[in-house]
Amino acid sequence: MRPFEYQRAAATTDAAAACADGATIIAGGTNLLDLMKLDVMRPERLIDITRLDLRAMTDADGGLRIGALVTNSDLAADMRVRRDWPVLAQALLAGASGQLRNKATTGGNLLQRTRCYYFQDTAMPCNKRDPGSGCQAIGGATRLHAILGSSDSCIATHPSDMAVAMTMLDAGVQIVGKGDRARTVPLRDFYCLPGDTPHIETVLEPGDLITAVILPPPSAGRQTYRKVRDRASYAFALVSVAARIEVVDNRIAGADLAFGGIAPRPWHDPAACDLLLGEAPSPALFSRAADVLLADATAQDGNAFKIPLLRRTLIATLTDLCRETPQ
Amino acid sequence: MQTKLTINRQDHLLDADTRTTLLDALRNHLGLTGTKKGCDHGQCGACTVILNGRRINACLTLACMHDGDDITTIEGLGTPDNLAPLQRAFVAHDGFQCGYCTPGQICSATAMLDEVKAGWPSHASADLTADIALSDPEISERMSGNLCRCSAYPNIVDAIRAVAAGDRS
Repeated sequence: MRPFEYQRAAATTDAAAACADGATIIAGGTNLLDLMKLDVMRPERLIDITRLDLRAMTDADGGLRIGALVTNSDLAADMRVRRDWPVLAQALLAGASGQLRNKATTGGNLLQRTRCYYFQDTAMPCNKRDPGSGCQAIGGATRLHAILGSSDSCIATHPSDMAVAMTMLDAGVQIVGKGDRARTVPLRDFYCLPGDTPHIETVLEPGDLITAVILPPPSAGRQTYRKVRDRASYAFALVSVAARIEVVDNRIAGADLAFGGIAPRPWHDPAACDLLLGEAPSPALFSRAADVLLADATAQDGNAFKIPLLRRTLIATLTDLCRETPQ
Repeated sequence: MQTKLTINRQDHLLDADTRTTLLDALRNHLGLTGTKKGCDHGQCGACTVILNGRRINACLTLACMHDGDDITTIEGLGTPDNLAPLQRAFVAHDGFQCGYCTPGQICSATAMLDEVKAGWPSHASADLTADIALSDPEISERMSGNLCRCSAYPNIVDAIRAVAAGDRS
């Protein structure tokens, strides 16, 4: 690991100021320190925010305000989350290991970096790590790579499970910026697509600090998170589906969907959700939603399997949710 | 940088480079070599220790971030003359072959059983809000952050199941 200066933040304003001045924020550290050991991330200055008062989970007008430092394990164990937003508890519990969830924070999980093999290997060119150097994933090993939202510069996927559930739930990200200015950005608008600037991953500006994630009040219907991976536990998603479906009188009255493992950000396609509304649930209907979702999908040799896999996973997930809905 | 750590109920003052992970501090600076370095990237679990009551990967955290924190390593769970229940169970059920992953397995299982007592669900729990019955799939899922290169998994599950069921023999 390269040498760095270490500083502990006493207030969010300290952290934001240090960050505006080029420091890198560390909280759980499970992703950052891993990438520092690999020489992928090379911060000269770390600002430790773990002593800040950002660990509270509080009611927010019927929703839930989750402090940025709430750990993945505390969030998954919270009875309100388990009862009212089970998709989020399921997504968290499907991610990482018990040890990592005890350290990983809500804010850090949102900002974790891609698991693209080429991004993590400094012997390889990578437009995300070293802008303009090229992409070896295109035409390379692509089992974990994107089928939607990618570009000629980058086909990396966002690895989070938590963020997929939060995208489905239409969560907001609370941010404090320079001069203590606070704003909330919908998570659905928080991540940038790679285009020709894959090194820019979010709308965060220098000096911005995530302070909380806000869940809206629980919606009617049933919700679930379904993750398909290469082994039964402790593996990143090949594809995942976060879904909420409300059925009234055998018609779909409410639908929200988000997808993981397939795109540079948690994928949300309003057209695929809208197509379901007012219709009677059926595998044929769900297949039509998959048609809309996958209309612009593109694949390499190594990830072409994700197109039929995502279709089948979506149909299976929605079929289960509708079957379980009390009529 | 100076960091005050309480390890196995004993205070230590560590003076180390900021780059020192908690794992390297334990092994190289404080002589506590029970905690093992496997992958050094949070994938294998050999470095699992208990930090303020929670299991973590000691390789993926900086020692300097833990000023004032309370850490339990395998050396703090039991001694050769006075083994902890899980240590005894791993011996009784032959829960290891080479033994390299064992300190991490036992630290992880110790804290995992506390998570079960606290009612935390897992990916293997069918109902997120129900009481947990610690079935074998539950044990496997909750221990998936600890790899065993000798693949002693069936006996590791046996050992943990026995302790969870209150078998202290």
